[in-house]
Amino acid sequence: MSIKGVAYIAGAFEHPARKAPGKSVAQLHAECAKGALEDAGLSKDDIDGYFCAGDAPGLGGLNLADYMGLRVRHIDSTETGGSSYLIHVAHAAQAIATGKCTIALITLAGRPRSEGSSGTQLRTYGVNMPDEPFEIPYGAVTVNLYAMTAMRHMYEFRTTPEQLAWVKVAASHHAQHNPHAMLRDVVTVEDVINSPMISDPLHRLDCCVVSDGGGALIVTRPEIARSLARPLVRVIGAGEAIHHHMGGRVDLTHSATVWSGRKAFEEAGITPADIQYASIYDSFTITVVMQLEDLGFCAKGEGGRFVADGNLISGIGKLPFNTDGGGLCNNHPANRGGMTKVIEAVRQLRGEAHSKVQVPNCSIALAQGMGGRLGTRHASATLIMERQ
Amino acid sequence: MASFYQDRDIADPRMNPGDEPYFDAASQGRLLLKRCSSCGAYHHYPRALCPVCLSEAVEWVDSSGTGVVYSYSVTRKGGPTDYCIAYVSLNEGVTILTNIVDCDLDSVRIGQRVKVVFKATVGGAMVPMFSPDEGKAASA
Repeated sequence: MSIKGVAYIAGAFEHPARKAPGKSVAQLHAECAKGALEDAGLSKDDIDGYFCAGDAPGLGGLNLADYMGLRVRHIDSTETGGSSYLIHVAHAAQAIATGKCTIALITLAGRPRSEGSSGTQLRTYGVNMPDEPFEIPYGAVTVNLYAMTAMRHMYEFRTTPEQLAWVKVAASHHAQHNPHAMLRDVVTVEDVINSPMISDPLHRLDCCVVSDGGGALIVTRPEIARSLARPLVRVIGAGEAIHHHMGGRVDLTHSATVWSGRKAFEEAGITPADIQYASIYDSFTITVVMQLEDLGFCAKGEGGRFVADGNLISGIGKLPFNTDGGGLCNNHPANRGGMTKVIEAVRQLRGEAHSKVQVPNCSIALAQGMGGRLGTRHASATLIMERQ
Repeated sequence: MASFYQDRDIADPRMNPGDEPYFDAASQGRLLLKRCSSCGAYHHYPRALCPVCLSEAVEWVDSSGTGVVYSYSVTRKGGPTDYCIAYVSLNEGVTILTNIVDCDLDSVRIGQRVKVVFKATVGGAMVPMFSPDEGKAASA
């Protein structure tokens, strides 16, 4: 079954908070839900499907459905880290197509900034983890697992630190226009290279921000979307895939995006050349380079050259990306960037991005998410949407 | 700039049932791998079932303990001591997550030959790490 055209994104909301020490995670989820409903012109009682991931406290979506007073007949708590919310859009489309629900709510929220989270912290995913006894003693943390990917990419393809830095430079050009962005100063390649080395070869400015906040989406049937007063954003292709090392067969220079991207493009019936705007998961600069290659925007190994010289800057380059400033400059709520990737793509398709970064007549956009860690095991999700 | 290896507080492995032989062997200075006697594949980290074919006929075998650096990164802002995380491709054909130790961390290179050494965690468990194999020239 194809989900092409069976569902529309009718509501989108990004929480304006970047630090919210006085709010609970449940409250942030609820504020995001309310914002997305207001954006769509719907009310809480219209929702009959609820989707959330591991950032939601409690048992799947149960505790938050209770907190928000949702009466739903379909619930899905697919958890793939930061890419979860793109998968939720695809799963919502499937649920809508099979009659399990008609108006789906997806929420994300968290406050890692208030809680002192950092990409250099040892992070456990709980008890009974089969892999952690063989990873935690080595100080395997988010940043060095991505850094090893970058190091291998540089070794195999002669990618340079300056090329990686261009990803950050492009994000900063966009973030200067976003009043909510955490980092609004335009930076240069030299600024990135001269920022402190966190884990070779990733500098501080190669890393995304840590922020509180969240976001929410409303996905619904075509006829309901048409009855609302918002521009129509149709889901036309989606793909999800995972990648791990199969017991020690490590390949750090290819990601699951190879498969999620191919499936999404096939379903949409288009090619990367048709994409006018792309939200690309940007936990680190290398994350963007890897995904652009694996999506087919350029050949494997050419990502460094592709992103250089402003090619990702709206109005300047061939592929405007992350026009909200992305995770590198704007926000990365709950350490999970997938939700905001969809939201900015929706803004572009609606023509509601900031005028300085809006892609003229943007009719086809892609959102790309990555969850887990590129260095160990990860889940990729690709979503293609079109303006009608 | 030289960043010579310094001992650091190594977090203890939170072992699961079945992991004991691996860490017992490490305390005796041996690196074990799992090998499937059904399909012949080695794997790491060790499982009770082969991740290639799901056979339960997996056995512990001694690794040669030598290999080459597949990738690495010196983490410089993760705590009081710089450390070098790495993937080392063992002669047996599997690649193991580890640390490179007992050398100038800035001299570590992809393709460098390394051999296993063992370091103690804060709780006294031993874990395999790797240091440059001085007798072997680097190979890319």
